[in-house]
Amino acid sequence: MNYRSFLIKYAEIGVKGKNRYLFEDALVKQIHHRLKRLEGGFTVTKEAGRIYAEASEAFDFDEVVNALQHVFGIVGICPMLQIEDNGYEDLKAQVVRYIGEAYENKNFTFKVVARRGNKQYPVVSDQINRDLGEVILNAYPETRVDVHNPDVLLRVEVRHKINIFSETIPGPGGMPIGTAGKAMLLLSGGIDSPVAGYMVAKRGVTLEATYFHAPPYTSERAKQKVVDLAKLVAKYTGPIKLNVVNFTDIQLYIYDQCPHDELTIIMRRYMMRIAEAIAKESDCLALITGESIGQVASQTLQSLGVTNAVCELPVMRPLIAFDKQDIVDISLKIDTYETSVLPYEDCCTIFVAKHPVTKPNLKRIEMSETKLSEKIDEMVKTAIETREVIRCI
Amino acid sequence: MENRKEVYFDNSATTRVFDSVRDVMVEAMTSDYGNTSSRHMKGVEAERYIREAREEIAGSLKVKEKEIVFTSGGTESNNMALIGAAMAARRKGNHLITTCIEHASVYNTMSFLEEQGFRITYLPVDQDGIVSLDALREAICDDTILVSIMYVNNEMGAVEPVAEIGKLIKSIRPDIYFHVDAIQAYGKYVIRPKKEGIDLMSVSGHKIHGPKGVGFLYVDEKVRIKPIIFGGGQQKGMRSGTENVPGCAGLGMAVREIYKDHDERVERLYALKDRLVQGLSSLEGVTVHGRTGRDSAPQIVSAGFEGVRAEVLLHALEDRGIYVSSGSACSSNHPGVSGTLRGIGVRESLLDSTLRFSFGVFNTEDEVDYCLEVLRELLPVLRRYRRA
Repeated sequence: MNYRSFLIKYAEIGVKGKNRYLFEDALVKQIHHRLKRLEGGFTVTKEAGRIYAEASEAFDFDEVVNALQHVFGIVGICPMLQIEDNGYEDLKAQVVRYIGEAYENKNFTFKVVARRGNKQYPVVSDQINRDLGEVILNAYPETRVDVHNPDVLLRVEVRHKINIFSETIPGPGGMPIGTAGKAMLLLSGGIDSPVAGYMVAKRGVTLEATYFHAPPYTSERAKQKVVDLAKLVAKYTGPIKLNVVNFTDIQLYIYDQCPHDELTIIMRRYMMRIAEAIAKESDCLALITGESIGQVASQTLQSLGVTNAVCELPVMRPLIAFDKQDIVDISLKIDTYETSVLPYEDCCTIFVAKHPVTKPNLKRIEMSETKLSEKIDEMVKTAIETREVIRCI
Repeated sequence: MENRKEVYFDNSATTRVFDSVRDVMVEAMTSDYGNTSSRHMKGVEAERYIREAREEIAGSLKVKEKEIVFTSGGTESNNMALIGAAMAARRKGNHLITTCIEHASVYNTMSFLEEQGFRITYLPVDQDGIVSLDALREAICDDTILVSIMYVNNEMGAVEPVAEIGKLIKSIRPDIYFHVDAIQAYGKYVIRPKKEGIDLMSVSGHKIHGPKGVGFLYVDEKVRIKPIIFGGGQQKGMRSGTENVPGCAGLGMAVREIYKDHDERVERLYALKDRLVQGLSSLEGVTVHGRTGRDSAPQIVSAGFEGVRAEVLLHALEDRGIYVSSGSACSSNHPGVSGTLRGIGVRESLLDSTLRFSFGVFNTEDEVDYCLEVLRELLPVLRRYRRA
């Protein structure tokens, strides 16, 4: 079957009341943005609760479906035959042709569900169902009708034009990017943070990211890996602005001044502070981390509390109750896993103590941090000012 | 960065090509770009490059031109030698001998042959990385068909007694094939396969200031091995595939350059090595692995730095424009600890703290001094910060 167009289904945004058009327009924009880079000369239009993508020239079907499966907000992608209304007999002929081309093996059960958007159409839906069922049975005797549990559910929508479709390819779900504000993702090179970013972005949130780089303790390849991860996530979220912050001096200063078993937790507090400062500069409304309860010493509830205490913006931790395997499964699905497991050290582990504190006390940590007071503000300021910004597309 | 110094001490990973190598390759790619198999003039012109390169190489080893097979590099040469010989001699026996410090392209090929039903003996080495002749003598049995030993170890520069090994093997059973991985040795030593009992020898182009993606295998005319790549029957069926004319031309030119003033070049490398080793010995907590001076390869220095992680020191040196490698660059793709260093009994605390410095013809004594100066400055700082 040579499809020319797709009907795009979305679920949640259908119920957004008077704001509905905002969500629909955002989705149309995202789809347009994704398809304009591909062959096909697609136009994307919305019409009464429906979004259509229509090609004006030849395209690669799999490539287009894959692109649409990366657009949040889409729940289903229906390859569709769209025809002009050239009379009832022509409709019958077109349906027979559609079934003939779309299904090589005709040994299936089916049901026809017609809907008249255009109530002027001379035949009522029920009659359309029966008539089309008959012509299909006559044309392909191997087929059978099953109105309860059909293998093929053939939909015929009579509107301004007539849409014929029977297949729904699942989309990623969620909400269109650009409908929920912006948030700052703390991106490391690991498995969790790209997944966390993906999950929040799936709710329509635009992403920006911050990575902490510690040369010479972390390598140029570790940084490249993070850029690669941001690019993989950006396939779903659209371009991500990645802030690369040089963290070495701050880390060494903490190492010099504070107890070593508190190193990681204090370091993470400074990462949060820096990420939040950049977030505010970029009008982000929240921070996102890949933390999950108890995964490592710095992610116990006590540690999370101590880290959280430095932030004013809400910190979103979408993986908080996920098991590692569940996170891995998502990273495999969104294709970040292979890059995440490349073995380059990230700056959280380079000075990690043999027995870091697992139940830090906020008062004590704050007390330790007073030992940094002489230089730390200046160092934080320098780290923020000298950050490198990389646009990841 | 303004006026940034660049010191490339990773010549055992790869080298910058000679200008003359670049020039001849450009010529072979732009004017004489024919396919050697073509009957017309363009093919004949291209073939001239291959013939000249073969003459150059054969001349450097004092062997016959027909004994040189061009390959895609050291890895393919090692694969071809081991798999090709094992397949050809499988009716004679199923036992192969190698050492525990070989490069991955020998080691993993041996593992493959083990899966195919061959039996492999891995000879141990002493603390200097030198294989024991007694152990070899004991390992050889009626079933043995091949011995494969590297000439110069890529991670620490140990030089194996190849001629003695060749003599020993041939005195026990002349029909056992002796393969030498000479990838780090060719260009640094004058090698005479016929006198040293070598039947098969692997060489790579890009370790001697030639191009990447080309190398050769020397196959003694009396030795029969099976090809491992099939196709249009080029190189007398030993290695099908359109000849890499620019690569072979570049390789031939590199061989000519590297063996011209050979002794002088080697002396210069030893001078650099001695200077670095001496400087390193004066630093605290630095151990140079294996032998030094004329008992070792001229271009490689392997040193352990107490209390500093190799990767960190590597990047700190990189920040100053000095490029070195941790362990060997080939095994660095799989972090995990070097087989050779473990093989020579380097103590656990130094395994992850070892860097390899390797010289090429473009390095200078000033660069060595600069490197030592930077190390002297960096080591105390880096040692202060370590895993708590």
